Amino acid sequence: MANAEKKALKVSDEVVIDIEGMNKWYGQFQVLRDINLTVYRGERIVICGPSGSGKSTLIRCINRLEEHQKGRIVVDGIELSNDLKKVDEVRREVGMVFQHFNLFPHLTVLENCTLAPIWVRKTPKAEAEALAMKFLTRVKIPEQALKYPGQLSGGQQQRVAIARALCMNPRVMLFDEPTSALDPEMIKEVLEVMVDLAESGMTMICVTHEMAFARQVANRVIFMDQGQIVEQNTPEEFFTNPQSDRTKLFLSQILH
Amino acid sequence: MTQTRNNIAFVRTADAPLLPAPRNMTGVVGWMRENLFPTPLNALASVLIGGFLIWQIWGVIDWALVRGVFFGEDREACITPPREGVQPGACWAFIGAKFHQFIYGFYPFEERWRVDVLAVVFAGLLAALAVPRVPYKLYTGITFVFGLPILAEILLYGGTFGLAAVDTNKWGGLLLTMVVAVSGIVLSLPLGVLLALGRRSEMPIVRYFCIAFIEIWRGVPLITVLFMASIMLPLFLPQGMNTDKMLRIIIGVALFSSAYMAETVRGGLQAIPKGQYEAAKALGLGYWRMTLLIILPQALKIVIPGIVNTFISLFKDTTLVLVVGLFDFLGIIQAGAADQKWVSAETARSGYFVAALVYWAFCFSVSRYSIHMERRLATGHRR
Ligand SMILES: Nc1ncnc2c1ncn2[C@@H]1O[C@H](COP(=O)(O)OP(=O)(O)OP(=O)(O)O)[C@@H](O)[C@H]1O
Ligand SMILES: [Mg+2]
Repeated sequence: MANAEKKALKVSDEVVIDIEGMNKWYGQFQVLRDINLTVYRGERIVICGPSGSGKSTLIRCINRLEEHQKGRIVVDGIELSNDLKKVDEVRREVGMVFQHFNLFPHLTVLENCTLAPIWVRKTPKAEAEALAMKFLTRVKIPEQALKYPGQLSGGQQQRVAIARALCMNPRVMLFDEPTSALDPEMIKEVLEVMVDLAESGMTMICVTHEMAFARQVANRVIFMDQGQIVEQNTPEEFFTNPQSDRTKLFLSQILH
Repeated sequence: MTQTRNNIAFVRTADAPLLPAPRNMTGVVGWMRENLFPTPLNALASVLIGGFLIWQIWGVIDWALVRGVFFGEDREACITPPREGVQPGACWAFIGAKFHQFIYGFYPFEERWRVDVLAVVFAGLLAALAVPRVPYKLYTGITFVFGLPILAEILLYGGTFGLAAVDTNKWGGLLLTMVVAVSGIVLSLPLGVLLALGRRSEMPIVRYFCIAFIEIWRGVPLITVLFMASIMLPLFLPQGMNTDKMLRIIIGVALFSSAYMAETVRGGLQAIPKGQYEAAKALGLGYWRMTLLIILPQALKIVIPGIVNTFISLFKDTTLVLVVGLFDFLGIIQAGAADQKWVSAETARSGYFVAALVYWAFCFSVSRYSIHMERRLATGHRR
């Protein structure tokens, strides 16, 4: 892609994530091939692509839930390596929302949200609870604070998961198909929260097949296939004027 | 008209009256009809099993109470027929005479108050831990695990604070059973958890060490462990490091149970979905915080039945210390029954009956309590 075009896509000069020549293998199988990606502060990036193309693996490398074998990943000025202290430092600054919510079932909603601030950030309990209530209000479920995750609907659980990540005041939020385990009527309530979050200026990387969401909030759409970034562009360009054949094929399949 | 009939279906135009249930469905008769005599075969089974139970229970009552001998100075009382042609029953006089020995063993008479004090403290701490409403669980737990052994050492061994020293070979009876069982339980749970975590560790050295430890201890009968601890171990230890025999036995029992505990806990760890680890890591929790705050609370909750099972079998297995010459509750009852002054057929029988009753009462209460806890803790998993 031309340099001029790349510039047009960025919203600020501050680099939050810098991935350079990153490769990853599972045994003999190469999942990610020469990934280069720079994310600037305030960007909302949507990653899409066919199943098995390595989208989840890519964003899981950013908080080192997966290790990469070659290349560099720098998050918030810290390079990811085997140094566990550095890894924990990065994880503190990077929030993650999973497809299957992964709330802690033995803790109440409020405790889910205050656990990391109290134990990782050493925030006093009262302060952590106030913060948690603030974010639970923001995702519109303050009244569920004392329930257990098992008593909530899927959409509510996912909103708790978002609030839980936000309670750490992360600099980046990673979403891995946050709505694909949800019933249609719940997808909307979760997407609304995510749109609201994007509008607040949060840096977000979002793996999703919700193309309406990509159109509405993304400033950049990245298309992956077979472990490579095949195309990236503004949503308008990406959807109306796809460059590669693979993108065209993919779009024709999902935008019936 | 409350119903209109058309060709397709009945359609109700007014609510049907609510009727009381038929008589044979409710009350004791209804319950019995439903559960005991629903079919001729079931009825036959109910009658046979019921009859057998009544026969057995009557047998025990007759032996223990009707023909039981409650007073007496020696075996004479227990071998004299109470009436013409009636065999004497249970020899409670023997139990009464030896009762203190069953509890304290050969602990010096004038020092037994020390055991009582310890028992009261133990019961108090246990109650504070077991009753959900009592606050300060963490502090109570710490006192229980670290404070109680120190207090037990001071009180039971003595030799400090002006208390006379009591050698462990004088300990016995229920006291010894409880000391071995409680120390075994309190030591084996944390050890088992550590071994289970180690067995799943990513560090090969730690993992192989834990696997070897678990498999070696699980592969050896407890009797062998006890013989090793009491007879073999002193041969290997350097001179002057000859630790107390009881201590060696306790450590042997604890290590033995910790291997079983480790496998039980590992079962719970395996049931925790990968997503829980990932969510904890993604929040920046390190290994120990993740393990202590997220993984173990869930894993241990799942394996409460298995943990309790290990506790119960440890408690009963303490009777094996008999083979290395320690007189636990069962051992001392057996020794008492062999006393020339009391020996008779009914003496031993009554002794074993009491032993069985006491062991059963302990194990059954632990089991009931664990079921209660399972229910109480289940709220988090409701789906
Ligand atoms: N732990 C693993 N071991 C081996 N192969 C793996 C592992 N995890 C993922 N893979 C493989 O890596 C490839 C990329 O997986 P990834 O989950 O990143 O895909 P994805 O783009 O997120 O797909 P989806 O849209 O289905 O979630 C797939 O071919 C998958 O089979
Ligand atoms: Mg995926």
